[in-house]
Amino acid sequence: MAFATLPEFLAMGGHAPYVWSAWGLTAVLLLGAVLHARFERRQVLRQLRRRVRREAHQAGRSGRAQPIQTSRGGSTNEA
Amino acid sequence: MWAFINKLRSPKWFYAISARLQPWFWAAALILIVTGSVWGLAFAPADYQQGNSFRIIYVHVPAAFLAQSIFVSLAVTGLVYMVWKIKIADMAATVMAPLGAAMTFVALFSGAVWGVPTWGTWWMWDARLTSMLILLFLYLGVIALRGAFASRDSASRAASVLAMVGVINIPIIKYSVDWWYTLHQPATFTVTGRAAMPMEMWLPLLIMVLGFYSFFIALTLMRTRSEILRREASKRWVRELAEETT
Repeated sequence: MAFATLPEFLAMGGHAPYVWSAWGLTAVLLLGAVLHARFERRQVLRQLRRRVRREAHQAGRSGRAQPIQTSRGGSTNEA
Repeated sequence: MWAFINKLRSPKWFYAISARLQPWFWAAALILIVTGSVWGLAFAPADYQQGNSFRIIYVHVPAAFLAQSIFVSLAVTGLVYMVWKIKIADMAATVMAPLGAAMTFVALFSGAVWGVPTWGTWWMWDARLTSMLILLFLYLGVIALRGAFASRDSASRAASVLAMVGVINIPIIKYSVDWWYTLHQPATFTVTGRAAMPMEMWLPLLIMVLGFYSFFIALTLMRTRSEILRREASKRWVRELAEETT
């Protein structure tokens, strides 16, 4: 252990602002990247389900299970 | 071998294999980064010249490594996409670029903040610092190009070309500290022995570097999977999967 007490650890020998801002930014960005990736995955799956449901609905209305003109335009591709 | 490469082209295969690999890389990233942080922040001895400000090295160096490695990855995936039209390479490139930009920013910011107590200045137009700033602009350019075209293929080609051209900046960054010896110190972390620092400082740094690489791989796998679902939304297997997964 390089420090005897917790306040000493936090003070970083007078270099606290430098050490903690650099580490803080890193932590925020790494954590933010993980949260963003999780949110992105959920959102993509949600959009995909909505699209599948909508097209199933349209297929149902047209009455038969033969090739139907589904709107395959990639409008829901981009978040 | 060819069968393997052919499999690699298939987004469906990638989606399955990445699901199995992902947890291991997340676990490795978590364990390595937590261990390296505790060790580097609390247990490694203070530097005899720089005191405790040297602890910035444990985020600065891994971030700078990733910043450069990710750009090389962009150039390689760009080449693969241009030559063989492998979609999965372009998807990976799309999701890797923002992390690369973030890591470049971390390297620049932590370096600036480290420079204040150490060099007495947060910025100087030193070769290493300038070439890293150029890297940040290259990243922003690659990301901007992806949004600047109506056609996905044009955007991907433009981003690939910029990555392949911009990658010449990487050796410049690497050798800048030897070619123009001005402000930034030469490499403190070399694979080829002759450690520039004592073992109890160097080991946590190695752990942090490995942790950051694991994080990069885990995040890229996860985000590439989302990108597959987004781009392949009209494929049957993706649709079936959407109904199974909640």
